[in-house]
Amino acid sequence: MQTVRVHVPYDHTHTRRIGLWLFFISEGFLFLALISSRYYLFGLSRPEELNQALGLLITTILLLSSLTAYRAETSILHGDQGMFLRNTLATILLGSLFLVGVALEWAEAFRFFPPHTRFGTIFFTLTGMHGFHVLSGVVLLVFLYFHGRRGRFGVTNTWPVEGVIKYWHFVDVVWVFIYPTLYLVSS
Amino acid sequence: MAFAPILRGLVWGALGFLLGGGGAVLVRLLLGLPAFQPEPLITIGYFPGLLGWLLGVGAWDVWAREWFGLPVRREAVYDWRRYFRFTTDHKVIGVQYLVTFVVLFLLAGFFAMLMRIELMAPGPTIMSAGLYNHIMSMHGIIMIAVAVAAIIGGLGNFAVPLLIGAEDMAFPRINALSYWLIPPVAVLLVSTFFAGGFDSGWTAYPPLSEVNAPGQVLFNLAVITFGFSSILGALNFLATILRLRAPGMTWRRLPIFVWSIFAASFISLTATQFLAAGLLMILLDREAGMTFFNAARGGAPLLYQHIFWFYSHPAVYIMILPAFGLALEILPHFSRKPLYAYPWLVAGFFGIVFLSFIVWAHHLFTSGMPDYLHGPFMATTELISIPTGLVFLSALGTIWMGRLRLKTPMLFALGFLFNFLIGGVTGIFNADVPTDLHLQDTYFVVGHFHFTIMGGMIFALFAGIYYWFPKITGRMYNETLGKLHFWWMFLTFNTTFIPMFWLGLFGMNRRIFDYPPALGSVNRFISISAFLLGSSFVVFVSNMVLSWARGPQAAANPWQARTLEWQVPSPPPVHNFPAPPQVVGHPYDYGFTNSVHALVGVSGGSGEQGVDTDG
Ligand SMILES: [Cu+2]
Repeated sequence: MQTVRVHVPYDHTHTRRIGLWLFFISEGFLFLALISSRYYLFGLSRPEELNQALGLLITTILLLSSLTAYRAETSILHGDQGMFLRNTLATILLGSLFLVGVALEWAEAFRFFPPHTRFGTIFFTLTGMHGFHVLSGVVLLVFLYFHGRRGRFGVTNTWPVEGVIKYWHFVDVVWVFIYPTLYLVSS
Repeated sequence: MAFAPILRGLVWGALGFLLGGGGAVLVRLLLGLPAFQPEPLITIGYFPGLLGWLLGVGAWDVWAREWFGLPVRREAVYDWRRYFRFTTDHKVIGVQYLVTFVVLFLLAGFFAMLMRIELMAPGPTIMSAGLYNHIMSMHGIIMIAVAVAAIIGGLGNFAVPLLIGAEDMAFPRINALSYWLIPPVAVLLVSTFFAGGFDSGWTAYPPLSEVNAPGQVLFNLAVITFGFSSILGALNFLATILRLRAPGMTWRRLPIFVWSIFAASFISLTATQFLAAGLLMILLDREAGMTFFNAARGGAPLLYQHIFWFYSHPAVYIMILPAFGLALEILPHFSRKPLYAYPWLVAGFFGIVFLSFIVWAHHLFTSGMPDYLHGPFMATTELISIPTGLVFLSALGTIWMGRLRLKTPMLFALGFLFNFLIGGVTGIFNADVPTDLHLQDTYFVVGHFHFTIMGGMIFALFAGIYYWFPKITGRMYNETLGKLHFWWMFLTFNTTFIPMFWLGLFGMNRRIFDYPPALGSVNRFISISAFLLGSSFVVFVSNMVLSWARGPQAAANPWQARTLEWQVPSPPPVHNFPAPPQVVGHPYDYGFTNSVHALVGVSGGSGEQGVDTDG
């Protein structure tokens, strides 16, 4: 009997996409643990000293960055390098601005609810863990930007762009849960 | 040089540690804080150190270089040296896991022997109370790691791609990464001996874990790292099983061991994050002055127990589901009968996965949790006996009226069924609130979980090791020594752990080096049984070493089994199958004339001598 090596059409990007979604599910549980701890420790109340204006501002900035990230992804799918680079850069800037905003929040938090208080514990841990994810997203976007400048992505090579941008959206969505947990919940 | 990658990993790891720790000192100086505080420095230095180790040991060459636009460097190494580097072949990684965890199993077993020497007689015998607690904690956490990773990481990695007809795992480099995260875990745990130890058991309950010696920090870092490793492994198995099944390998034809790994991976992927979160919170309390669990500052120690058991109860099923899968994989081949009630069995697995997430608080019946939660958690816990019952009925239906071939793997699989039955039945008394109030924290609990984990998971592990030994090594183990190992281990295991139920009923507390003098004779009996149990592994190790070195050549399919891994030479060639196999039937249809599981290309075929095409 003779066998011919059969090449089954195999879409590696699809497998990677599944891997990435599984990673998001896993990370979701990490934030679930931290967010539920907030309700366990502090119930439905919140301190008066929270800077609501700043909270709303950084939330807006982060949501805007998801828009620019989406535009970056779409433009590489259409092969528009210039648009891709501009939007990636904008996302990096917005992400960094968000981190600056969190730093300002921390400076105030140290005065009103330092880490050794119950709310401070929750506040620093949640914003810190999320900020770490934002920071890693910014680093990934910087990699994306420099590879993009050398023209490494095109209509045939979009996975790195898709992966990083999906991660960025994920980090944004997590904030959509953290923001009300820290700033809005009240009984 | 053979060990060059490991040496480079150590050097880069040390550099990463110094960089991270040095950076932390700098930041503290700038903030005007006291520069040197060991615990935060170790923690902050550890993560860049871990990164350095991983890059140095091989992740840089085969992976990270491409992030910087450099070509990756892969060496083609096919002799024994591939076991000491960042190899991406799932069969090599499986062996790496297996050998590492058998060594860790023996080490943790040695700690158990020390504990049994101490418990030979009431009062202090050979060690201080503090050292006993440390040894007990080491035994606990290492055995937990073995239970979580030995079957999944070792046998799962080796067998799953073969069983589904794939060339490798979906993400081979992530697979290598999950293995190379393990050595730092072992090193951290062993170095607790130089950091004052840790005496909080494997559960690390606060407040003790927030006030004890710095060894606790090393423990937390080790277990967080181990958590990364299991999450990445689970992700890889899920993607592999979802995407890389050979043509025709439908969900209804999937070998049962693959199903069990699939089910267990759901738990690993998700619940493990809770363990990491809980241990991170302890570190934040200790080092950043936070107050998650510090009651004096308004924290809630009970929160830790909720978070911890939200992982650690499902973790029991990370350990036991693959053990079920292994036993049930072996039973049909050695009973020459189809796997009984296969769809119900798979449903049972997923019933267990679902229920395992809503039972965690049965560990908190005596912890001061609100009373109204007792009833619901008792009820959900006892519901688990329904899907577990399905698994058991399937096993019994499979061996019922079968022509049993009592080879060593089969003996261990049957031993598994016997032991796990005792483990399961005694679990009911821990799930029932009225009896648990009496039994909590006694040796009854110790007896119960050793029957499930050692009597269950470890017996299944040995069943799997003997079953796939010819496939992994290309050589046959010694059947007489294998059977001797089984009977020796099976009898002494039971004489060691059955008396513990009695001890628990009479109030002997767990996790303490001392007990009432009246319990002395039973403890002496247990200790002697335990030493005999420990010595049974001498038979195992010598059988493995001697057979691997000079055992007779194994045939491709010594068990006349139908599944795919047996249709290729022993050991399998680098890319497993000459061409993707065509799966056309159920894997366990023994006794049906003309039924075929799969068509495998020319160089496979049962009965053909193993040709080593590794070169
Ligand atoms: Cu439990």
